[in-house]
Amino acid sequence: MTIGEVELHAMLLTASVAAACAVPGVFLVLRRLAMVSDAMGHVLLFGIVVAYGVVGSLDSLWLKVGAVLSALLTVILVEQLQRTRLLREDAALGLVFPALFSAGVLISSLYFRNTHLDVDQVLLGHVEFAARWDALPMLGLLALNLLLVVGFYRTLKLTTFDPTLATMLGFAPVAVHYCLMAMASVTVVAAFDAVGPILVGAFVVLPAITARLFVDRLGPMIALAVGFAIFGAALGVRLAFSFATNTAGMAAATCGLVYLIAFLLSPKRGLIAVWLRRRRLRQAWLQALDAHG
Amino acid sequence: MIGLDSNILPVAFGTAILGAVSGGVGCYAVVRRQSLQGDAISHAALPGIALAYMLGLRSEIFLLFAAGLSGGLSLVWVQAVVRRRGATFDAALASAIVVFFGLGVVLMSRLQRTEGGAAAARLPQFLFGQEAAVLTFADLVPMLILGGLALGVVVLFWKEFLLLSFDADFAMTLHLPVRGISVLMTIVTVLAVVVGLQTVGVVLMSSLLVAPAIAARQWSSRFGHLMLYAMAFGSAAAYAGTLAAHHLGERGSAVPTGPTIVLCVTAVALLSIAFAPHRGLVPGYLRRRKAGAA
Repeated sequence: MTIGEVELHAMLLTASVAAACAVPGVFLVLRRLAMVSDAMGHVLLFGIVVAYGVVGSLDSLWLKVGAVLSALLTVILVEQLQRTRLLREDAALGLVFPALFSAGVLISSLYFRNTHLDVDQVLLGHVEFAARWDALPMLGLLALNLLLVVGFYRTLKLTTFDPTLATMLGFAPVAVHYCLMAMASVTVVAAFDAVGPILVGAFVVLPAITARLFVDRLGPMIALAVGFAIFGAALGVRLAFSFATNTAGMAAATCGLVYLIAFLLSPKRGLIAVWLRRRRLRQAWLQALDAHG
Repeated sequence: MIGLDSNILPVAFGTAILGAVSGGVGCYAVVRRQSLQGDAISHAALPGIALAYMLGLRSEIFLLFAAGLSGGLSLVWVQAVVRRRGATFDAALASAIVVFFGLGVVLMSRLQRTEGGAAAARLPQFLFGQEAAVLTFADLVPMLILGGLALGVVVLFWKEFLLLSFDADFAMTLHLPVRGISVLMTIVTVLAVVVGLQTVGVVLMSSLLVAPAIAARQWSSRFGHLMLYAMAFGSAAAYAGTLAAHHLGERGSAVPTGPTIVLCVTAVALLSIAFAPHRGLVPGYLRRRKAGAA
């Protein structure tokens, strides 16, 4: 079994995308914001289309800026809607992101039909065409994300697990929240070229919840999540090339498979471990009952 | 009505009925704080559709059945993930969406490679809904039947569904089969998602469940009225959205019905939040100002 050069580049790119996404992913999952990553992915198209309409060029950094802004716009809109207290968080999210996504699809099919802004490609990514150095910016982003998390580790930890105490001690949970959202949206935007905006969520959410099955501490959870992300993505690319199918989809599905295996086999929370533990307890109980007549 | 040809009106009428079905059923999801459930179901329909296609089951009813089956399966995934306590409900939902959608993309891309043209043209329409010009009323008949079924179940189990949505503990003390009713509610939700797939598409379907209920909530606090309002809003938005897509299509750009319907229904929700007489933001502001002046 040999791995071709194209496949190797795709593997490098997907693995670095997955690892970079897994870092903010841990915090999103712990802060119950997992669905926000899904929403962010959906609204990128809107930002890109609007930025394209304004700038008029496809190879522009402005498209990325537009995408990041649209992700942040979603976060702000959801929070503002929630603050009216007329609807709850889940409903606000469910109202905002389909609307922005629709606006994106509508504008692109009305005005940009004949350009290269291909909705299918924007949606599904094209990691198959990865070139030699494509993984470098993603590796840089991974390094930046890790650096930020290590640098602000205690702040992040405190605001994630006890926002009230964090406020009392003079930290600013709201500011930290927005910084985290900015980090997540920049990462998602950087990643979506490769894997498409909807499936970016796979690398944000799945490694984090897989890691959570094994550990209860934040540091190890981040490290494990990055590890699972790299493993799942690399394996996904391998499988995609053997079955000749969409790489991003396969990488997402493989991360799901990794979760499923962990779900069964994790020594602490796994289905089998819990079942065995319960059985042992039950038998110990029965024996104790017998012994005491 | 200017410049409308005659065969768009039946189609708009059909989508309006489907809008009423998903608007009505969506009320349960919104009051149970599970607004994003529909998002998981609809994204998860994709692998079902692709798999049915691969197995050669290409008639409408098989596709819908497969879509519903894999949509329902995604909720089983969500339940399992939440029970393991490694993840909260939202993380479980998000994971279900990406795993099932990823699988769907994998299967779709296989299909497009092996089958080429026909499947390649057919499957993307499930992403955003069909273009209004292509849709005919006959396409909608199977979905109208399923939608009628969903509403029938809602009427039949009205009391049980209501009790379970607002006070599940009380339902338990009455020895109601809570699990069974809950499964039935889920099936109804899945039906409501499935019926909208062809007009709105998997990516945008959740909006048609959630937005009418959000709008309706601003107008009434009684659940029966809420559902009637939501059905009215859902059908009006679907009707207007279909006509808008058709109108834009006549001017030469191929516009799928999904985005226009979603934008209409979102506009209704936002207008309701702003202007509904009792809860609305603007009337509330005016009341406060008047009270301040007095």
